[in-house]
Amino acid sequence: MLQSSEAFVGNATTAMADAGLQRALARAKPQFAKKRQAAVDKLPEFEALRDIAAGIKDHTITHLDYYLEVYANAVARSGGVVHWCSTAQDAREAVLNICRKAGAKTVTKGKSMVTEEIGLNDYLQANAITPVETDLGEYILQLRREPPSHIIGPAFHLNREQWEESFREHHTQLAPERVFHERRDILTEARGILREKFLAADVGITGANFLIAETGTSVIVTNEGNGDLTQTLPRVHVVVTGIEKLVPNIEDCLAMLRVLARSATGQDMSVYTTFSTGGRRVGDLDGPEEYHVVLLDNGRSGMVGTPFQDMLRCIRCAACMNHCPVYGAVGGHAYGTTYPGPMGAVLSPMLQGIEATQHLPNASTFCGKCESVCPVKIPLPNLMRHWREREFERHLQPTGMRYGLGLWAWFAKRPMMYRLGMRAAAVGLGLLGRKRGFFGKLPLAGGWTAGRDFPAPEGDTFFAKYVATQRNR
Amino acid sequence: MSRDAIMAALQRGLKRGPLPADQQAMLAARTVLHHRHLIPARGQLDLAGRVKLFAHYVEREFGTVTQLPNIAAVPQAISTYLAQQNIAPSVVVSPHPALEQIPFHASPMLQVRYGVATAHDAVSLQVAFAGVAETGTLVLPSAPTRPVKNNLLPDTAIVLLRAVDILACYEDAFDRLRLEGAMPRSVMLITGPSRSADIEQTLELGAHGPRRLHVLIIDGQG
Repeated sequence: MLQSSEAFVGNATTAMADAGLQRALARAKPQFAKKRQAAVDKLPEFEALRDIAAGIKDHTITHLDYYLEVYANAVARSGGVVHWCSTAQDAREAVLNICRKAGAKTVTKGKSMVTEEIGLNDYLQANAITPVETDLGEYILQLRREPPSHIIGPAFHLNREQWEESFREHHTQLAPERVFHERRDILTEARGILREKFLAADVGITGANFLIAETGTSVIVTNEGNGDLTQTLPRVHVVVTGIEKLVPNIEDCLAMLRVLARSATGQDMSVYTTFSTGGRRVGDLDGPEEYHVVLLDNGRSGMVGTPFQDMLRCIRCAACMNHCPVYGAVGGHAYGTTYPGPMGAVLSPMLQGIEATQHLPNASTFCGKCESVCPVKIPLPNLMRHWREREFERHLQPTGMRYGLGLWAWFAKRPMMYRLGMRAAAVGLGLLGRKRGFFGKLPLAGGWTAGRDFPAPEGDTFFAKYVATQRNR
Repeated sequence: MSRDAIMAALQRGLKRGPLPADQQAMLAARTVLHHRHLIPARGQLDLAGRVKLFAHYVEREFGTVTQLPNIAAVPQAISTYLAQQNIAPSVVVSPHPALEQIPFHASPMLQVRYGVATAHDAVSLQVAFAGVAETGTLVLPSAPTRPVKNNLLPDTAIVLLRAVDILACYEDAFDRLRLEGAMPRSVMLITGPSRSADIEQTLELGAHGPRRLHVLIIDGQG
């Protein structure tokens, strides 16, 4: 749980000067977009499925109280236990209690953004329980004590040399002179080390991509198989997830799965999609004996009935950040929140308050790409605009910016004055800049001209030209 | 306590109290109807077409496929495959009736143990409940005869699948599963071998699960 979003502006500047990060971004970004597009192109039904997926989530959220009841009853029927948690603290305590009752010393973890949201690892560590991240990306971040920078590719910002360096530093039981010839050698070493952790763990903690109300089932998707070993090998399986993950039945879940992997990694289907229902059955030769679900609210119920209700449709695929020009320039850490990118800019103020996160809804060019690739069609730019309005209403912006906006608004509400002013500025700047054709510096636009020149206007304003063409018709 | 607070907050947001009984009944009916949403057309083929498409997608996802006339051909097929991959001929086999019928005694060089995989087993033989042509996906529900560890722990997973069990879509498989009774503890949908792209966005096979996934499709009966 990183809380430096107040520092977004400074973080962004640092990120843009970070050569390693910029190299990683340049490598990752085009790949994500290209793979998604290729998968979408191969499924003619994709667009229709986006509408269906959005509809399923809307239906569930408008009856979420009902479906939560159905779900909790079904979990109980299959021998599992649901732990209802209003706050992050409730959820941390619930997990700790389960671990203590199980006498756990180490717990393995599948990749889970909700456990990042509640800061579970630090809490368990402080209470003498060692959590071990098993997703390869999450594992290296745990070694490096860094938060994820992306919700599905948590360590994409690291370069190979950093992987090798961390492995040498932490895997001191292995020969120091060993050589990593290729990426595969790094993977093989992690596989060996983590295999022992899987077999030794007392409790396995995973998240959930979906919860199925009818059958009381939790669903996770992984490519590594780490989440699956996490929930198969230990004696106790704990699912930590948010209340918005519900869908009514299997068919609804399958429709969602058809848009999830395609939007996320450009796969038709993730390698492992695992449906878990309760604990070990009579006669079963493996599987956990106990099955717990820690069901977290943490501000989600408060989004229902507000414009932000649409955000509860989110299935955490990361398509929005993969296509965002701002995320693509600064990466995930600059946001300083658990959830980065456009979805994070909408969700984080809800979870952490707009005061602490006021810069994030402004970290957007409103190009609209995020909404256009969202598998559940969340109107992300519109929701960021809602936050900007609230920020303005609460006087959270600097005085200069408020005056500037006020001045602009005064003109914008008076079209005649606005056109006159714009025309005077265009003609004036045109005359002033006639010789060089651009301005290296402009009053009140220092931030803009610091990185590029401002071209001198040529001729009249757009509106004046438009009116002229209309007349000539 | 938290439960009541969450329910109250949701109902406040939805501007209503608990859902009236008639509406609850409608939702309950919707749930058990198992209405199918739009199913992609590409998997909806005749059996031969489904088998072909299934094999195509398994191979595209870095798995391998061998088609066999009957289960009598399985021991030789496994021996040949393992020899090609330079893997010792030792297999842990799920204690499933379909696998117990395989005439392994005809291949004495192949070491066979029926049971659950441990960390020391390099190769497993599992039997699929179904295959899904749409994406080349195996459907593996847990059962006393189908341990989950056998899907995950060994480096090399070999899976037996009858051609007639290759269905058009996941929905077909879950319909069949419902006919068998309650939802199993675990249902795994597996598409290709384990992988990770966490290191510099470059795909590497064999992250935590099997590095190799080999599917034996049995064409005939018996």
